[in-house]
Amino acid sequence: MHTRVGRLVARRLLNAIPVILIVAVGIFVLLELAAGDAVDAYLAGTGGDAAFAERLRREWGLDRSLVVRFLAYMEAVVALDFGRSVAVSMPVLDAIGQRLPVTLLMMGSAVLLSAALGSVLGGIAALHRGRLLDGGITVVGLVLNAMPNFWLGLLFMVALVVKLEWFPPFGVASLTPPPGFLARALDVAWHLVLPVLTLALTYMALYLRLMRGAMIETAASDWVRAAEARGLPRGRIIRRHIARPALLPVVTMLGLQTGNLLGGSVVVETVFSVPGLGSLAYEAVHQRDLPLIAGILLAGTVLVIVVNLLVDLAYAWLDPRVADSRSGRP
Amino acid sequence: MTHPELSRRALLKSGSALSLAAIAGLPAAAAAQKVRTGGTLVVAADGEPRNLNPAIVASNGVFFVASKVIEPLAEMDYETGLRPLLATAWEGAPDGLSYTVRLRPNVRWHDGTPFTAGDVAFSAMEVWKPLQNLGQVVFAHLEAVETPDELTAIFRFSEPTPAQLIENAMPALTSVLPRHLYAGTDIANNPHNNSPVGTGPFRFAEHRPGEYYRLVRSSDYWNVGLPHLDEIVYRVLPDAGAKAAALETGDIHLTAFSAVPLYELERLDAIDGLTVYTTGYEGITYQLVLEINHRRPELADVRVRRAMAMAIDPAFIVDTIFLGYGATASTGPIPRVAAEFYSEDKPLVTFDPAAAEALLDEAGYPRRADGTRFTLRLRPAPWFEQTRATGDYVRQALQAVGIRVEIVTADSAGHTTAVYTDHDFDIAIGSPVYRNDPAISTTILFQGGLPAGVPFSNQYGYDEPAMNEVIAAAAHEIDREKRIALYAEFQRIAAEQLPIINLVEFTFTTVASDRVKGVSSNPRWATSSWADVWLES
Repeated sequence: MHTRVGRLVARRLLNAIPVILIVAVGIFVLLELAAGDAVDAYLAGTGGDAAFAERLRREWGLDRSLVVRFLAYMEAVVALDFGRSVAVSMPVLDAIGQRLPVTLLMMGSAVLLSAALGSVLGGIAALHRGRLLDGGITVVGLVLNAMPNFWLGLLFMVALVVKLEWFPPFGVASLTPPPGFLARALDVAWHLVLPVLTLALTYMALYLRLMRGAMIETAASDWVRAAEARGLPRGRIIRRHIARPALLPVVTMLGLQTGNLLGGSVVVETVFSVPGLGSLAYEAVHQRDLPLIAGILLAGTVLVIVVNLLVDLAYAWLDPRVADSRSGRP
Repeated sequence: MTHPELSRRALLKSGSALSLAAIAGLPAAAAAQKVRTGGTLVVAADGEPRNLNPAIVASNGVFFVASKVIEPLAEMDYETGLRPLLATAWEGAPDGLSYTVRLRPNVRWHDGTPFTAGDVAFSAMEVWKPLQNLGQVVFAHLEAVETPDELTAIFRFSEPTPAQLIENAMPALTSVLPRHLYAGTDIANNPHNNSPVGTGPFRFAEHRPGEYYRLVRSSDYWNVGLPHLDEIVYRVLPDAGAKAAALETGDIHLTAFSAVPLYELERLDAIDGLTVYTTGYEGITYQLVLEINHRRPELADVRVRRAMAMAIDPAFIVDTIFLGYGATASTGPIPRVAAEFYSEDKPLVTFDPAAAEALLDEAGYPRRADGTRFTLRLRPAPWFEQTRATGDYVRQALQAVGIRVEIVTADSAGHTTAVYTDHDFDIAIGSPVYRNDPAISTTILFQGGLPAGVPFSNQYGYDEPAMNEVIAAAAHEIDREKRIALYAEFQRIAAEQLPIINLVEFTFTTVASDRVKGVSSNPRWATSSWADVWLES
């Protein structure tokens, strides 16, 4: 089992190498094509004379030729050490390390919540197919899906933060967090409720539709009829024979959605002032900070690969056939 | 129209005798009795400067945080013009070749080391002159700083440098660094650039990237009894909506630098417990300017430039784009608030589209069959909501007189490169800053022969001998009155030739909880030390 997982991980990582290289070259080319460099971006905010601009270009290595800069950049990418970010003036890996946990927590919670809510509601809709409840759930899901996530976020902001004052307006923790691990965790959770809910609700419809469709399909399958013929209790048939196989497409979609969710978190992090990877990415692009952009993109790529790996493992658990075929048994 | 009643109401509502007194020019002593010591002031910060060292990067974003930690020699003051901080007295030699500064005794750095003239000499020679973003202006001819004793610094210049300029530059360009922490290091990359050590009322405590900066009271500040606050926390809130919401919920006490969108101001001002201030920024007046590329033959003709000035109504920009907050129509490169230099003696352009059309006809650009005379590409600076909106208005205004305008947008980096390096524009909306003396960052917009790539400078292809001569003469004129006269001439030439068109002068707004006292108490308030700011319980 361990060697199999190990092999799967190794294969996935190897597959990722060309992807990462292509992405890295693409970033460099795109940023080169755009007018202006990191020094221009910086001076737009501070002003400065010719000597100042020249000194910064020299210090940040922007006075070197295109080829030299490209080679230095690719070397940094290959070595997985992106050097110093000019926008935040610290090593790129430190900058990402500071922001990644928040984004992981927010995204992880949002993914699980949206999938859980989506599957449960989708299941309920499937069991009430064609009735009022089915229609209601479907419409609500679609409306939420059609809503831009920043708008939903702003609605929450106006209603729940400014008017009702139920939730804090920004950040991931209070300025002076309460003592004790549990109290601190609750403080963070309280801050993350709205960003997570915003992300989860907008992505929920997808899972809802998938689950509903898959359950209706499986409900009509032979093994369900066989189970009914054997006189199994209705609840057990729904759980074991309809819902479990219907979860497969949902799990597949979880993996595919991670990238989208990372993009969505940029917007939601901005609305709720969450100091995560998304707001860092925004700053990096705005400041033309090539090393930082490359680092964040790579972190995102690795994240998507890891999530898809987890999805594969979950697959093996949900669908024994997958595990069997991979372990080489007939 | 501006709203005088608005600012008056704001002042009355704040109930702060301190700020009333400051603006009315009355002694503030009467208000001092109920001052409360203690409390944490929470303010919103737009972003996190990559370098927090104001001696290297003299910019508003840096000063907003760092000016509470690191002090300059002197600060601007509503009553006296210049208030002593680290310097107690200053005097220029009659020949303009030396400038003597007496320093404050019994000042300590936050790490306990005594502050001496050596720190000033080091800052001037090793930082302000070679490294500072604006250092070439004032310190170009600085040769040495002598320190005959611990508390005297004598600046020696190779060419006459006006004492007036040095004094006007003191608040922004003379932040003093601790020599013992910087000498012998790579100053531009010294770690203290991001955890500053200074002599100011607050010491730097921590920075959590993406979250906040925290400053705490310095227990042995030289001005005994100050500061009033225990802590200042800058919450990083890039989103304007989040800032407005946080003000409403009371999670932050103050936003500065127009962090809240103008259209929110009226609503916020109407909320009990919040006040909108439009004062406290006079020392950093921004100018909304139509930048013109003289390389276009049409635009090299002064008649066309004058016609464009006539076609644009600054009052419309003030009323509709700035909603009356902190903006006035401009008459030239030196704003009215700079009373020392402002000159009335110059030709003025008045809004008159019909006359503009006549002038364009006369210049040889009649309306063609399709109703247009020629087409210009306009690049509005992307950094302020108002620069973008003014771009839209200028487009409409010029099209009304037959000049077709295409708007080209870019992000900050793209915009500065296009305008100031590649000269890839016909007209642009820019926002240069008047920094208390024309020589610091204003004449550079008119001086010819500058290298490409310097942002916020004359990259317009305008090179006029008479203008260049006046600018050069003023840079070396030691006599105050003569220097002022030269700048009057500078304004006259600028008004006559209109190399660029100054549209509007604007300052920023501060929105603060009424609990915050001492807001806008000097002309550089947001970028000053806040030693006298206090928080009502």
